[in-house]
Amino acid sequence: MSKKLLLKDAHIEGIRFYDTYRKQGGYGAVETALKMTPEAIVEEVKTSGLRGRGGAGFPTGLKWSFLAKPEGVPRYLVVNADESEPGTFKDRYLMEFLPHLLIEGMIISSFALGANTAYIYIRGEYAWIVDILEEAIDEAKAAGFLGKNILGAGYDLEIYVHRGAGAYICGEETALLESLEGKRGNPRLKPPFPAVKGLWESPTVVNNVETIAAVVPIINITGAEYAKIGVGKSTGTKLISACGNINRPGVYEIDMTISVEEFIYSDEYCGGIPNGKRLKACIPGGSSVPIVPANLLLKTINGEPRLMNYESLADGGFATGTMMGSGGFIVLDEDQCVVKHTLTLAHFYMHESCGQCTPCREGTGWMWRILSKLENGTGTFADIDLLWDVQRKIEGNTICPLGDAAAWPVAAAIRHFRDEFEWHVDNPEALTKNYGLANYADPIPAPAVAE
Amino acid sequence: MSETIAFRPETMEQVHKIIARYPEERKKSALIPLLHLAQKEFGGWLAVPVMDYVAEILSIQPIEVYEVATFYTMFNMKPVGKYVLEVCQTGPCMLNGSDEIIKHIQETLNIKNGETTADGLFTLKTAECLGACGYAPMMQMGKFYHEHLTKEKVNEILQLCREGQFALD
Repeated sequence: MSKKLLLKDAHIEGIRFYDTYRKQGGYGAVETALKMTPEAIVEEVKTSGLRGRGGAGFPTGLKWSFLAKPEGVPRYLVVNADESEPGTFKDRYLMEFLPHLLIEGMIISSFALGANTAYIYIRGEYAWIVDILEEAIDEAKAAGFLGKNILGAGYDLEIYVHRGAGAYICGEETALLESLEGKRGNPRLKPPFPAVKGLWESPTVVNNVETIAAVVPIINITGAEYAKIGVGKSTGTKLISACGNINRPGVYEIDMTISVEEFIYSDEYCGGIPNGKRLKACIPGGSSVPIVPANLLLKTINGEPRLMNYESLADGGFATGTMMGSGGFIVLDEDQCVVKHTLTLAHFYMHESCGQCTPCREGTGWMWRILSKLENGTGTFADIDLLWDVQRKIEGNTICPLGDAAAWPVAAAIRHFRDEFEWHVDNPEALTKNYGLANYADPIPAPAVAE
Repeated sequence: MSETIAFRPETMEQVHKIIARYPEERKKSALIPLLHLAQKEFGGWLAVPVMDYVAEILSIQPIEVYEVATFYTMFNMKPVGKYVLEVCQTGPCMLNGSDEIIKHIQETLNIKNGETTADGLFTLKTAECLGACGYAPMMQMGKFYHEHLTKEKVNEILQLCREGQFALD
């Protein structure tokens, strides 16, 4: 059983409300933190090895230490709750069920960064969660954990919820800041980084919901203890939102020591593939990370079991590996069509490109049109090569990582499933039936008795 | 224009509360939250006079509102039905049968994606990932998500809408 730090109380009835949360020891970390110096908190977070949980995996303590501190200029903490990466729904779970955990983490983090105002930028579609968060903020304020002179420590903090309006790109931190300033979500050129010039040109730290929530257990058990959980540079616990063709979709907290195989087949997690079907492929870290066929997913190229952590998932690079990303774990069973799945993702990126950079604006649409041809049975072999060429010309040629995020799924699909693409070209059956497992045999035999 | 278009006093209170969240000289930051309020209060979409009204409240140029309103998916630039069905069609929902749900709604309401029924009751829109991948297929209607959709569940929802018994917020 994985160690639970974030979701340990998630099952308790009423944990959404202050009284219950407090009774479970909630806000204890704020009491501890406000007796520490801000520098000591940053050190704890550095020691913990916590890495950004939004997808990039950048060390949080290091990011915090970059924050500029010019005299007389306000600093801001902005929580990135724009969760929009297909396959990802973990931050939603945290905010819906444990809003006070996020607020507690925000108080500690803001204090450590010297911010007196913090914003939660939440995707516009999570409209009902805005109410949950605002209610929790009111409760925390009434209890003296927000507002002026918190716990008599002479520290002031206000937290506001800012609702977006439907734009994946606003999950990119500089696009998010533009949006928060009331503009289109066009990513900014970096440098300057937000740590120097962020919200309203002030030094700003932008962190994912789960990252900020993780600061609470780090203060409670110390950074050193947090760092002992997990393996290597994958410290602490990670939320994985599992979906697709699995028996038990949902949000799971794992300690990054379990294998991918255990995660998919154990009843504690995904509970296997429904209807006795076999595993075909998986996108383990949200739609932007490379899709991998079952045989490369469960074992690394050296034949070792692949683990659910940053290093092991990335083992072998893009040739045979993938990425931890946001933890949006998408499973495809033997009857799914990789061409069609990639087509829906291509449509997503075309829709979500902000249009600022030509390779992304034009390339995402071009990829979608080629994939549509292939899916509709009018594609040619040359189209597959063209598709490869287009994605290659997007990658690395845009201001923000959306270009890469759009290119990688297409590249990986062709890299590992080229024969399925070719089958779509020269086989009229492709219109009515799926390619199936074919060459992507699952090393795990299907259960003898289907459920 | 603003003689005819004006927020109700209770909405105006909210407007002031929202503006107060940002530094005084950064009032423009309230734009997206205010557009949400405007869309809700003025018929479910953002007509040009409505956007001009918001520009006036925030003391910004109308073009600054137009360029933002047209960028974000949630803002409707033309009239929509009373009930807007936004069905997710991205990968994880597709794996769980969102195609079937979309087809069922198209056939039941006899409309294509982006269209509104003749009685002005329903608009069908396909949506990109709404963060409900584990509870697919799903759609958003107003403030809430409706998950684990089946054809039967969709029929029930449509019926409740027709009877005026369906909550949008």
